[in-house]
Amino acid sequence: MSILSISGLNLTIGTVPILRDVSLSARAGEILAVIGESGSGKSMTAYCVNQLLPRGAVATGQVRFDGQDMLALDERALCTLRGADIGMVFQEPMTALNPVQTIGAQVAETVLIHTGKSKAEALRIARDTLNRCGLPAAQFPLDKYPHELSGGQRQRVVIAMAIALRPKLLIADEPTTALDVTTQAQILDLLKGLVKQDNMAMMLISHDLGVVADVADHIAIMRKGEVVESGPTAQIFAEMNHPYTRALFEASNHIPDREAPAVDAPILSVKNLVRDYLLPRKSLFGPAPKFRAVNGVSFELKRGESLGLVGESGCGKSTLTRAILGLEAIQGGEIVINGHRIGAGQFVPRELRRQMQVVFQDPYGSFNPRHKVARLVTEPFHLLSDPPSGAARKAAIDKALTEVGMHPDDADKFIHEFSGGQRQRIAIARALIIEPELIILDEAVSALDVSIRAQILDLLADLSDRLNLSYLFISHDLSVVRAITDRVLVMKSGEFVEVGDTGRVFTDPQHPYTRALIEAAPILEITP
Amino acid sequence: MLIYILKRLLSLGLSLVAASVVIFLAIEVMPGDAAQIMLGINASPDAVEALRQELGLNLSIYARYLSWVGGLLSGDFGVSYTYRVPVTEMIGDRVWLSFPMAIYALVLSTLIAFPIGIIAAAKRGSWADWLVMGGTQLGVAIPNFWFAMLAVQLLAIKYHWFSAGGFPGWENPFLAIRALTLPAFVLALPQASILARVMRSSLLDTLSEDFMRTARAKGNTRRQALVKHALRNAMIPVLTILGLQFSFLLAGAIIVEKIFFLPGIGSLIFTAISQRDLIVVESVVMLLVFAVILVTFVVDITYAVVDPRLRRKAR
Amino acid sequence: MMRAFKMPGFLIGFILAGIFVLAAAVSFFWTPDAVDTVDIVNKLHVPDAKNWFGTDHFGRDIFSMIMVGARTSIAVAIVAVGIGMGLGVPLGLAAAARKGSILDEVIMRTNDLIFAFPALLIAIMITAAFGASAVNAIIAIGIFNIPVFARLSRGAALSLWTRDFVLAARVAGKSPAHISFEHILPNILNLLIVQGTIQFSLGILAEAALSYVGLGAQPPTPSWGRMLAESQTMVSFAPHLALFPGMAIVLTVLGLNLMGDALRDLFDPKIRRDRA
Repeated sequence: MSILSISGLNLTIGTVPILRDVSLSARAGEILAVIGESGSGKSMTAYCVNQLLPRGAVATGQVRFDGQDMLALDERALCTLRGADIGMVFQEPMTALNPVQTIGAQVAETVLIHTGKSKAEALRIARDTLNRCGLPAAQFPLDKYPHELSGGQRQRVVIAMAIALRPKLLIADEPTTALDVTTQAQILDLLKGLVKQDNMAMMLISHDLGVVADVADHIAIMRKGEVVESGPTAQIFAEMNHPYTRALFEASNHIPDREAPAVDAPILSVKNLVRDYLLPRKSLFGPAPKFRAVNGVSFELKRGESLGLVGESGCGKSTLTRAILGLEAIQGGEIVINGHRIGAGQFVPRELRRQMQVVFQDPYGSFNPRHKVARLVTEPFHLLSDPPSGAARKAAIDKALTEVGMHPDDADKFIHEFSGGQRQRIAIARALIIEPELIILDEAVSALDVSIRAQILDLLADLSDRLNLSYLFISHDLSVVRAITDRVLVMKSGEFVEVGDTGRVFTDPQHPYTRALIEAAPILEITP
Repeated sequence: MLIYILKRLLSLGLSLVAASVVIFLAIEVMPGDAAQIMLGINASPDAVEALRQELGLNLSIYARYLSWVGGLLSGDFGVSYTYRVPVTEMIGDRVWLSFPMAIYALVLSTLIAFPIGIIAAAKRGSWADWLVMGGTQLGVAIPNFWFAMLAVQLLAIKYHWFSAGGFPGWENPFLAIRALTLPAFVLALPQASILARVMRSSLLDTLSEDFMRTARAKGNTRRQALVKHALRNAMIPVLTILGLQFSFLLAGAIIVEKIFFLPGIGSLIFTAISQRDLIVVESVVMLLVFAVILVTFVVDITYAVVDPRLRRKAR
Repeated sequence: MMRAFKMPGFLIGFILAGIFVLAAAVSFFWTPDAVDTVDIVNKLHVPDAKNWFGTDHFGRDIFSMIMVGARTSIAVAIVAVGIGMGLGVPLGLAAAARKGSILDEVIMRTNDLIFAFPALLIAIMITAAFGASAVNAIIAIGIFNIPVFARLSRGAALSLWTRDFVLAARVAGKSPAHISFEHILPNILNLLIVQGTIQFSLGILAEAALSYVGLGAQPPTPSWGRMLAESQTMVSFAPHLALFPGMAIVLTVLGLNLMGDALRDLFDPKIRRDRA
């Protein structure tokens, strides 16, 4: 028996069509995964179920939940269903909780809205539910506030709010996207367990095939507002009837062709590097306490090599990057770039800086929105003592843009005229324009959809082969690191716990943390 | 929480010291010899010199600053150059007019602004919203002294609903409040307009936050979600403005007192300036600044009550 | 910028404020009647075909005085905003570029200190020290504008300093000052324009208030605030004396505020995700 069945659902917001003829169903005790890239309409499908749609949205078709037609119900009836029979978990645990209320009050609220129970009784249920969600009373009393919890813990509170009344359907909209891999695995386990215990149906929205492969009973794949393929998980993976399913699957497993001409000459070497931060003062007097973000790490990066740096948020990888880029002075150890030594308290001089460039994660925040592409990509010319001008400048811009697969005419456009993938290409062009030897890729493909990500990885592999570039590839995403790097550094709490050839580290991890990371990572097994 | 309060107290103390130095120096550079002014132009140089001695005007600048601050701390504000009476006495009754009027205006402003700001945000785009936005736009644009002139003409002189000016004292609280109502309303109008607009936009910002969606997913109706989750979060920017407004109300009181012939701090400061009674100017300004800084302190503490994230630093 | 004119709020505001700017400009060449000649015979005329807004107790044409008074209001407000922007913005940018440094602390604490003085009190102290005049009114209003712009630009700049495109400029070796002017300033310009419009309108109100209490422009310079002050004793039998200058202030301020609000809506990048 299907708890939820959607058939022929169409949705428009204003005059824009969002969904076309969507049909899905979810059964009690089972997980239905809805997969798609950004703009596929997967989240809007979920919001059609509990009718929390944006202003101006018009849905037609049929959404039957537990025998009722959701599109026909009035607001009052919907309110009695939301929270009681339909629970919902959101993508951003950091902002999904009210910052000025305790977690106990927020979980108990679900109970108070829908039942006539007393406040004490509601709080008791909240306590039980938090326990079930892995937040025991000893460390997580009801009077904690959201800001006192980590992202993963907050997501557990959101889940507790959603399941406090044992709903028949749980909608989870990208519940783990904002979390680190190890936390992601724990949250998925929790959700999976709850579905079985309470015999509820779950609709799991995700952009990541790898995340849902292990947990979903059924999969529906969406693209541009339509369901292109759906069915039992095993069948989907075995058959892959629709070309888009195949493309999505291949893209998430994509390994670009690379030759590895690394020569045994280090372009960058870091020895016992230390980075301290001053923390806010705890007392009114006395020195401010220090936080050691990077604690004496050492590594070498060879010419033509692609070196991965893996770690979860807060491990110190960004701090290390900023120190290498010369943005912040180091407190101990040394950085050697092409044979030039930079010690504690020194900044990286200009001549050395021009040998390194960087590509950032966010394709939308990496460019000054007020400048045209020509001005944006030539920014690194500031590092040259004699920057090219006139025709030479134009030639350099053309070359850099062509190199990354863009057109020279794009130089006269503003950045908002480009898509995320194109912007990331322009970011690479900006890094290439002064012909550096080393490019630091700081989560450079993390914000991209899988199909775009595969294209950018191909571009990077091609560029490193042709221009003999070295990469320092920083990422939290193990599958990407595995695809593009020769060696990998695993970082935890400011230190390297494991260093080795990428193939060896992934097949035979030595350190327990590396093992935990790899086990937690949602990597699709390649089946023929 | 305790450390947070202590930190705010320390900052309050530093602000007071800084403000007192600025005020003292500002008065210091003003032209005119106090002793000469007190005795008049025809006084003999010997008499002036003797008075300078008596007032301590020949002491070093540091000594004079310290004795002034020391006096303030012990409640001795000095002696008026013009009237030869203690400044404390001159301020005395007037404080009990100006401060209650400013607080009355603050209360009125809040009582007007909160409901209309909340309604405008809750019914965004409706005729009520347009009415509030238009009305507050006008409220901000009307100079309060002009509004006061027209209000006195119409409501007091023509219809006799309110008194046209003067203050009967607090012996009869009803009459006192009646005398202060129109001035306080005039003061409150532009502030209420600003506050209502801030309330509306802050609430609109909060309504678009993720946790409001969570609240709706739990089964709250729009109204429940607004009351239970949005209001308290929206209060934080509103409090900031409320704190700043006290300073505007005190300053505005100076003008409004002039129009309504109210014997408050404002009229005192005008007289004192025209008579170059610097010690009075100095003390009254310090008193007003002290009130403003004190209100800032109260607002800071209220922040921590509203927002648990601020309390964290203290735990 | 042209998009702004498609917004009804901006258009109405622009027309209102524009009328008074135009009146001020025209008054340099032409006014219906002289404003500095006393004509007791024609005193306190009610509005008619000759004197559109009537005449005052000296028989001067109120319409002409409002035209000339617009000059004072606009000049004082513009210069005061100029002082606030000219000093406040660089201070705010510098504080943001050196966040947490001594410089930042000093700038921000000084700002707080100025805020602790009610604006009118600063004006009163300045005029007490240096005498009442339009110039001193400008200084008094301008000083209060400095922390407004310093705070605004510091806050906006701080959030820009965390953006990746600023990081990219740092990787390109640009100095904080260079980045502040090339990347930060153009991106906070919208905010500054909006705030500038609002401070402009507040400046007009403040000038009127100062002139009303006799601390602003001195006779014979016509000023809206002083026209109201002079009308106070006569308002019961000649209400037109108070009505027209007051309306001039209200309409100018209203026009500027409407423009500021419309621009804020136009520039606001936030896309509200309203839910039903």
